[in-house]
Amino acid sequence: MKIRYDARGLAEPDAQAPNIAKIEGEGPARQAVFDAADLSTRQINLELRRLVYYEGVADVTIQNPGAKHSIAVGILTRCRITIEGSLGYFGCGLIDGPEIHIKGRVGWSVAENMMSGVVVIDKIAGSLAGAALRGGDLVVRGDVGARTGIDQKGGTIVVGGSAGMMTGFMLQRGRQIICGNVGGGLGDSMYDGAIYVGGKVTSLGVDCVEAELTPGDHELLERKLRIYGLEPKASFRKFVCGQKLWHYDNLEPAERKLVL
Amino acid sequence: MCGIAGIIHRDGPGDIGSEITRMLQSMKHRGPDSTGFALYGPPDDLLVMRIKLADPNDNRGFGWGERLERHRNEIESRLSKIGATIDAIRGDQEYAYRIKFRYTGELKPLADYVEDIPGCEVLSLGHSLEIIKDLSDAESVAERYGLAEFTGTHAIGHVRMATESDVDISGAHPYWAYPFSDIAVVHNGQLTNYHMWRRRLERKGHRFQSECDSEIIAVYLAQKMDDGLSLETAMKESLDELDGVFTYLVVTADALGVAKDEMAAKPLVLYESPGLVALASEEVAIRAVVGHEIDTYDPYEREVLVWHL
Repeated sequence: MKIRYDARGLAEPDAQAPNIAKIEGEGPARQAVFDAADLSTRQINLELRRLVYYEGVADVTIQNPGAKHSIAVGILTRCRITIEGSLGYFGCGLIDGPEIHIKGRVGWSVAENMMSGVVVIDKIAGSLAGAALRGGDLVVRGDVGARTGIDQKGGTIVVGGSAGMMTGFMLQRGRQIICGNVGGGLGDSMYDGAIYVGGKVTSLGVDCVEAELTPGDHELLERKLRIYGLEPKASFRKFVCGQKLWHYDNLEPAERKLVL
Repeated sequence: MCGIAGIIHRDGPGDIGSEITRMLQSMKHRGPDSTGFALYGPPDDLLVMRIKLADPNDNRGFGWGERLERHRNEIESRLSKIGATIDAIRGDQEYAYRIKFRYTGELKPLADYVEDIPGCEVLSLGHSLEIIKDLSDAESVAERYGLAEFTGTHAIGHVRMATESDVDISGAHPYWAYPFSDIAVVHNGQLTNYHMWRRRLERKGHRFQSECDSEIIAVYLAQKMDDGLSLETAMKESLDELDGVFTYLVVTADALGVAKDEMAAKPLVLYESPGLVALASEEVAIRAVVGHEIDTYDPYEREVLVWHL
């Protein structure tokens, strides 16, 4: 498939939704399904937008995504999207509301900056899963790569398998539940939030310390794992910010003047 | 950004020319500046050398064609002077030639003697390795150099977005490990201790034709293997000795390897089946050659993987 670019380098500036989805059912229970094998990224997203925004279909299935990048991004309405296959990089980014089920694997930066909603991935995810996540649940049943939830500002990331290095790097708020092992530098430079680890921890990052689990933590772990049908682990450990790098109120007098 | 790809058929030769072209074309968006291929055909007693006599974006002033013709004749005469018997010579472009010849001596004096001709660069030299690189995307380079018919066991390729040096053939990957036969490297990333390693290797007598940081990886690994290390050990040492971010692929006459730096900063997706291993910066490249639904995975930081034929 040849993709055209305009003079500014934008891909397919005049692409149209291909209008190929089969819509079945009546009223709010309508379901749509379309095959993405021969469509470009832009055509897939245009078709998806046509269905959820203009046709008002709240349940869309995309077949044969073929590991293309940037699929199902920027969807800002509540709907259910099923992706029967694997995605490339930047899948399901910038979304607010949808419940997305991916039956294959995903590449780097899945659900980047998600505001709310649920993204469930049946196989593995690449690095930077849930980067700058703001809300909602990101669930990966398999393993994830490095820097999971980098700069996460809210929401919950649940990983059924193991996570790579620098998991929870610069975590600001929100929670991560890793059922398996984690690589080196866990929670490096985290500001706040909590990371729960069920397996082995290779090493802790700067200013990340272990904390006692409270009854609230146990309740959260039990509930989240039950919702997504993951094995509950008896021995979760909790990691939080050591607050040694907190210098928010230690401004020099001259700086304080500037800020105020 | 750059994109890299590699493929190895462990159950006998395949259509690596068209396969690696499809892989690289699907990653054109990662680097439209230049494309390069390192392909391994059937091993032969004869040596095969790929050379360029000029760069496609050189200023083609008066007498450009005649100068190239003169330099080509000079190569032929120098090869016979040093004791090589030319079997076949083919020009894919007016500035790029493939020469097959019989020669049993040391490779370095021969390559140095040929490269002494102004504008000439030996792109590859070996019994089965052939490096083809030129400006523009994979399909047009493959068409200009007739790669569709190329069969062999393994290949790597690279689409380049120039960040550290010029857009020309000298700056394009793959790099041959001059003057070690049949070793080549493609690299995605930047090396930060490049100048240190370049000076170290230059003190050992190696030459570098470009300003590109990736060029040292090939020579670095080949030098280690020449010192007696296995490919795998040499690659493991590179994780500590090379600084920066990198995912690189290396090929030798009978193996393909990949190494990832300790920050896992550059992506790589890997597909492995009993007969075929394909790996690339993006999964779409692997799907361009494997027709059925596949499961892939990403190597982690500091991983070194090697597949032998």
